[in-house]
Amino acid sequence: MTVETDKIVLRVAEVMIEELKLEDVTADTFDPEVDLVDEVGIDSMDLATVALVLQDEYGIRIDEDDYPKLTTVRRIADYIQNKLNE
Amino acid sequence: MKTVSSLLDEDWYARYKKISKLNIRSSIYDVTNRCNLRCRGCFFFSSGEHKVAKEENDIRKWETFIDKEMERGVNLAILIGGEPTLCPDRVEAFYKRLPTFCASNGLIKLPRDRFPDLMVGISLWGNGEDEKILRGKDTFAVSSKNYEGDKHTYYLYTITPRQIGQTGKIIRKIRDAGLKVHFQLLSNDEGVDGFFWKEEELRDIRSEMDDMLDKYPDTVISSKYYHEIICTGKMLDRPFGWQECPSVTEPLDSRNPKPKRLIHFIRWASDLKTMHRCCTSETRDCSTCKDGAAHMSWVMVNKRAHMRSAKDLQNWIEIYEMFAKLYQFIPW
Ligand code: SF4
Ligand code: SF4
Repeated sequence: MTVETDKIVLRVAEVMIEELKLEDVTADTFDPEVDLVDEVGIDSMDLATVALVLQDEYGIRIDEDDYPKLTTVRRIADYIQNKLNE
Repeated sequence: MKTVSSLLDEDWYARYKKISKLNIRSSIYDVTNRCNLRCRGCFFFSSGEHKVAKEENDIRKWETFIDKEMERGVNLAILIGGEPTLCPDRVEAFYKRLPTFCASNGLIKLPRDRFPDLMVGISLWGNGEDEKILRGKDTFAVSSKNYEGDKHTYYLYTITPRQIGQTGKIIRKIRDAGLKVHFQLLSNDEGVDGFFWKEEELRDIRSEMDDMLDKYPDTVISSKYYHEIICTGKMLDRPFGWQECPSVTEPLDSRNPKPKRLIHFIRWASDLKTMHRCCTSETRDCSTCKDGAAHMSWVMVNKRAHMRSAKDLQNWIEIYEMFAKLYQFIPW
């Protein structure tokens, strides 16, 4: 894993906490492997809200058809990293 | 951070996992502007929605349209009208392509050799007497014969204030016909005298619906939380209404801030071009709207808000399960 991906993981967690107003968690304590749907209770509208911010920030496109793959913070970060490398 | 598994025991968590990734994306389609009844209080006719668009008659245009809807991500077509069974070819065009639900007054039976597992929801507005006043006909006598014992049919029982104390008889008749029932409350769009809800009546009908669910759990598809929400118009202390409604057609939704809503939801008129404001009458006052599906969806799109406590999340699960059963995403 690159240092860059680590930074993206933290930023994704931060955006998630801010946009979805998640309580009792910080970017550092957010487990990047936790299942966002099954555990955090996130739905596709939540994901769309987060995706909008991340798209702008990283200048990438997050395709709606890819949402089902984006099940953890780590997977979102990897997805962003891959897009940046394309 | 509160997580789902920290709130639920094993059984509830297993129930949650069965529905958590269903990702249901519905839209509603007026299949036709015509009906073989003219009920007093029908939102479609009373709001003039049957006149806003000229019905598309070319079945190929329907087919192309449905394909585009699927590309848009729709995975549940809810067919209403008018009376969809007047146009079985259009119903079939949906049914052959994607999970489909058809609302009907049950007077015409959709042939099961052509539509083996299409879910049909038959409207019922009370006992024979109320049905005659509001619909000009006791439809149950016909619809219960048409669909007797059918595994893919349920009654959508619109309860009126005059039904308080009477629902048991109707539920037993439905049970005896081998069918199931889901409740909603009359919104009285045409202001028929004696059919407006008073506060105390809503309290009474709520406890009656709870009783019916306890007494006939194999017949009634419902949840006590759903009864609470439709009778009080409140969810987690938030009042229902325009600002909260999830069932507004997405391209017409200019609300700011946007509430949690059904993603990509559209209610299409039968010209396949015109969009209606929401899942029900364009002219209905949102502050008195009792639409059952809108209330159910309101809960469903507010999952994280229900992660306050185990009880709240269990309530959410029950409503989601109810919806998933009514549209055949999970078995009864
Ligand atoms: S059967 Fe349904 S569509 Fe027809 S008039 Fe009655 S409520 Fe309206
Ligand atoms: S009438 Fe009911 S369903 Fe339509 S926008 Fe208002 S609250 Fe929502």
